[in-house]
Amino acid sequence: MTDLSMPKERPDPHNIEDRGLSETPAQRESYLRAGNTLGSWFFTTDHKRIAVLYLISVTFFFFIGGAAAALIRIDLLEPNGTILTNEGYNRAFTLHGVIMVWFFLIPSIPNTFGNFLIPLMIGARDLAFPRLNLASWYIYVLGGLCTVYVLIAGGVDTGWTFYTPLSSMFAHGQVVMAATAVFIVGFSSILTGLNFIVTIHKLRCPGMTWGRLPLFVWSHYATSLILVLATPVLSITLALIAAERLFGIGVFNPALGGDPLLYQHLFWFYSHPAVYIMVLPALGVVSELVAAAARKPVFGYKVVAGCSIAIAAIGFLVWGHHMFVSGQSPYASAVFSFLSLAVAVPSGIKVYNWTATLYKGHVAIDPPLLFACSFIGLFVVGGLTGLILAMLAVDVHVHDTYFVIAHFHYIMVGGTVAAYFGALHFWWPKITGRLYSLAWGRLSALLIFLGFNLTFFPQFVLGYLGMPRRYHHYPPEFQVWNVFSSTGSSILAVTYLLPFLYLFYSLRYGDAAGPNPWGATGLEWTVPSPPPKHNFEETPTVSGPPYDYPMEFEERP
Amino acid sequence: MTDHASDPAAPVLPYSDPEQQREAAFLGMYVFLGSEIMLFGGLFMTALVMRVLHPHEVVETSKELHIWIGGINTAILLTSSFAVAAAVHAARAGVGRVSAWLLAGAAALGIAFLALKGVEYSLEFRDGLLPGVSYPERFSGPVERLFMDLYFISTGLHALHVTVGIALLLIVSRSVATGRIVLPQRAIVVELGGLYWHLVDAIWIFLYPVLYLAR
Repeated sequence: MTDLSMPKERPDPHNIEDRGLSETPAQRESYLRAGNTLGSWFFTTDHKRIAVLYLISVTFFFFIGGAAAALIRIDLLEPNGTILTNEGYNRAFTLHGVIMVWFFLIPSIPNTFGNFLIPLMIGARDLAFPRLNLASWYIYVLGGLCTVYVLIAGGVDTGWTFYTPLSSMFAHGQVVMAATAVFIVGFSSILTGLNFIVTIHKLRCPGMTWGRLPLFVWSHYATSLILVLATPVLSITLALIAAERLFGIGVFNPALGGDPLLYQHLFWFYSHPAVYIMVLPALGVVSELVAAAARKPVFGYKVVAGCSIAIAAIGFLVWGHHMFVSGQSPYASAVFSFLSLAVAVPSGIKVYNWTATLYKGHVAIDPPLLFACSFIGLFVVGGLTGLILAMLAVDVHVHDTYFVIAHFHYIMVGGTVAAYFGALHFWWPKITGRLYSLAWGRLSALLIFLGFNLTFFPQFVLGYLGMPRRYHHYPPEFQVWNVFSSTGSSILAVTYLLPFLYLFYSLRYGDAAGPNPWGATGLEWTVPSPPPKHNFEETPTVSGPPYDYPMEFEERP
Repeated sequence: MTDHASDPAAPVLPYSDPEQQREAAFLGMYVFLGSEIMLFGGLFMTALVMRVLHPHEVVETSKELHIWIGGINTAILLTSSFAVAAAVHAARAGVGRVSAWLLAGAAALGIAFLALKGVEYSLEFRDGLLPGVSYPERFSGPVERLFMDLYFISTGLHALHVTVGIALLLIVSRSVATGRIVLPQRAIVVELGGLYWHLVDAIWIFLYPVLYLAR
C-alpha cells in the first residue's frame, strides 16, 4: 500500500502529476468528469454513474431505516417503553422493516456494486440495456417517495410482512400506500435482474467463459434469477391486499371464502427467496475480498460458483419454514424442514472454501479483509441458528421470539451490511480514484463487529428466554438484556457513521489510487481508477483462469 | 448513440456486433415474459386454492359467466396472434406494407376483444356480479362472490396487458409504415412486439378454462 501519512505540499495547478491537486489525472479522464451538469447525472445511461446514484439513494434509506431502529432500541430500554406510544412503536418497527428490506438490503449490493462492477468484470462497456438501467433507478426513487409519503402521513403498523387479516381488515394507517411503494420498487428489482441476466449471458468479452467469471458475477447471476422470478409474485400478492382494502375483494378474508394462510404462502414464496437476494451478492463480495486479501485463487472455484446457483434453486423451496406454527400440514412442515436444512449445505461449503482460501495465504490485514472475516464469523452464527430454527420442535419454542430477530439480523446486518461495507472499502479506490485511511478503516471494521455483537447477541438470550418479537412492553426481568442490546446499538449507530467521515475526507485529500491499489486480479483492476466513461479503450481478451495469483511469495506493491 | 444512425443494422453501445445485440434483445424479452408469467402465476395459484377448497361453489359460480362471449374472445385473440405471426414473417421478408397492415389488424382485433370484454362486464354489472356493486342476495354464499371478484381481478389485469399490447402494436405498425423501422434489418422490433402479444394471448388461453370452463 502507498504510505498514507505522506505530508501534503502546496498543490501546483499546472502540474497534472501533482498529487496535492484536487483532481488526479485519472479522474480528469474518468466517468466522473464526463459531463458536470445535473442533467449529465440524472439522464446518464452510464452504469457507473447510475451505480453512484444508487449508492447515494440507498445510503439515504439506510439512515432512515436506521433512525427507526434507534427509536425502537431507545424505547425498549425500559419494560414499559420510554418515548413511543404503542401505536408509534408498531409504526417504527414496520417502517424499519419495510425500508431496510426493500429500500436498502435488496438493492444495496446489486444495484450499487453490481451495477458498477459487472460490466467492468466481464469486459463490457455497459449493461445490456443502459436506458432500462436508468429507468430502474427512477422507479426505485418513485417507490422511495411513496415510502417517504407513508412516513410523513403517519406510517403503517402491520409489520413489514403485511400479514392478513391484520393488514387487510384491521390495520389503520397507510397500508395501501406502503404496499404500493413496495409494488413499485419491485419493478425496479425485476428490471435490474433482467439487465444483469442478459448482460452476463451476452456481453462477456472474448475469452471470458462461464468458468472464468468472477464469483461476484456468479452470485449476481443467481440473485438476478430470484429477482426476476420471485418479485412478480410479491407484486400480485400486494395488489390483492390493496384490492381487499379498497374494494373488499376478500381473497385472504375467511368470511368471504378466502384463505389468510394463502397470503402467507404467497408472501413467503417471494420473501424467503428475497433473503437470498439479500445475502447472495454479499457471498460474492466476500469471495472477491478473501481472494484479494489472501492473494490466492479461491479454493474450489467451481463449487463456490455452483453453490450460488444451488442456494438460489433450493431457496425457492423452503418458504414453508416461516409457517411451522400456522397450522399447515405437518407433512409439508417436515419437507420444508428438510429442505431448509439442505439449503445450509451450499452455504456451509462456501464458508469452508473461504477459510481454505485464506489458509497459508499471504494475508494482508486491510479493512476489506476485516469486513470479510467479520462477515464469515457472523454468517456462521446466523446460519447455525437458522438450522436450529429449521427444526420443527425447536421452532415451536422460539417461533416469533427475539431468537428469530437475532438470527436474521446476524445474516442481514452482520452478513450483508458487513459485506456492503467491505465492498465499499474494497472498491472505493476504484469508484472514486482515491485511497482512504486504512487505519480508520480497520478501526471501523472492528468497532462495527463489536457493536453488532453487543446489539444482537443478547437478543438470542432474550428469545430463548421467551421474549416475543414486536412486543412493546416486556417483563422487568428481560430489561438487562435489552439494555445491553440498546447500548450495542448506540455503538453501532456511531460506527456506521464513521466510514462516511474518512471516505468523504479521502474524496478531497486521499492519495491517487492507481489502477490496482490492492494488487488484485480481475478486469476491473486493469483500467484506471476511476474508470473512463466507456470502461475499456479496447475490448479486453481473457486468456487465463480467474484469481490467477502468482503462487510464489511476492512483496506487495 | 446516434453515431450509427445511417446504418439501421449497426450495433449501438454497449454491443460490438449486430448479432450480439439481437440475441440480447431476445433474451431480455424472454426473461421479461418469464417474469410476467410469475405475476399471473400468483393469481392462478389463488384460483387453484379456491378450486381445491370450494369445488362445488366454484363450479356453480362459473356458470354465471358468459361462456360464449369468452369463447368468441378466445377466437379473436388467437386470430390476432396469427396476424402478428404473419406480420413477423412479412417483416423478415422486408414487406413493410403488409407487416404494418397485419399489425394494425391485430391491434383492431385486440380492440374488439376489449369491446366485447366491456360488454361482458356491463352485463355482469347489470346483474350485480361485480365487486363493489354486487348485491349480496345475488350470491348463495361468500365463496361465489369471491370467485367473481377473482374473475374480475384476473381478467382486469389481463385487459390491462391487452391495452398495453394494443398500444405497442399500433406504435410498431406506424413506425413500420412510415419507414422509421427499416425492414428487414430491424425486423427484430416487430418480433419482440409480437412476442409480447403472444404472451397476452397465451395467458388468456389459460384464464379462459380456469374461469369459464370450470363449470
